[in-house]
Amino acid sequence: MEVAVWRGDETGGRYETFDVPAQDNQTILDVVTWIQQNSDATLTYRFACRVGMCGSCAMMVNGTPRWTCRTHVRKVLKGNRLQVAPLQNLPVIKDLAADMDPFFDKWVRVGGRHEPGKTRHDQIEAIPPDTPDRENADAGIECINCSVCYAACDTVRGNPDYLGPAALQRAWTIVNDEKHAGRQQILNTVAASDGCFNCHSMGNCTVHCPNGLDPMNAIAGLKRAVTKNRFKRGG
Amino acid sequence: MQSYRNHPLWLAFLLHRLSGLGLALFLPAHFYVLGLALTDPGRLDGVLHWADSPVVKFAEFGLVFLLAVHMFGGLRLLALEFLPWPGPQKSLAAGALAGAFLISGAFLLKAI
Repeated sequence: MEVAVWRGDETGGRYETFDVPAQDNQTILDVVTWIQQNSDATLTYRFACRVGMCGSCAMMVNGTPRWTCRTHVRKVLKGNRLQVAPLQNLPVIKDLAADMDPFFDKWVRVGGRHEPGKTRHDQIEAIPPDTPDRENADAGIECINCSVCYAACDTVRGNPDYLGPAALQRAWTIVNDEKHAGRQQILNTVAASDGCFNCHSMGNCTVHCPNGLDPMNAIAGLKRAVTKNRFKRGG
Repeated sequence: MQSYRNHPLWLAFLLHRLSGLGLALFLPAHFYVLGLALTDPGRLDGVLHWADSPVVKFAEFGLVFLLAVHMFGGLRLLALEFLPWPGPQKSLAAGALAGAFLISGAFLLKAI
């Protein structure tokens, strides 16, 4: 098959075409690895676990962001051709490796870190696993930080300061965590100008999330929580 | 269109945005014509007479469609965000489109 791979760095680049032998069972990551091992050892890309756990290997495949280690070639091959590029909406380091810093900076900015509200001397509170809040938090913690939703989001594309679906879903997760003490701070952050109200509910994040999560509805939940909170606090 | 946008909710977003822009362009003209009732009633009569022509009626069908699709699309988004009603959003978006065609089609049939 013919594989067009984006080569370049932050200053620009172009597609370079490689002929790669087709196999019965072959992922996009296998294809990229074959090129790096057999055609051009200078090809740069990122991966770690190869089993859809670590979120390192996401790339644009035929214009759609995907986790490449679990994307089979036969599902995305068009006319015996493939096009592989670095994730969009992020700066490029080199070739297929995108710079994930802006993505993770937003996780930090949204306050996605757990803040305990009790000391070791307090009783551990019982959280029933079947409450709606806990179910929301349980769904959100499955995020593997692959940035597929971030690359698919046209709102991020239009406003690079927008927190984006992954960071906002993290905010929704931790807002639903009864053990988190900094709930009000998170609601203030997501209510600000580059927060949840930027979302147009176009649903690219939910459609493309490889783990089947639903950031669009998580963001809708934040909009609701922020609105309720505003009325409760009297504006 | 890039392939990652190729799904119903993105198309619903596009339709909502374009219908909103179309209505925003129409409204100044609409208010100007309404304002003629105060400033120049004779000219208003002329405009109303012109608006009875079949071409304008057909354009009004488009206008009613834009208004209806923007209203139903907006209601869908409000339901998604505030009821909360995550539900089958694809079906709801298709329903918004069908409802808009129903209303604008009924308007056209009544107008001709």
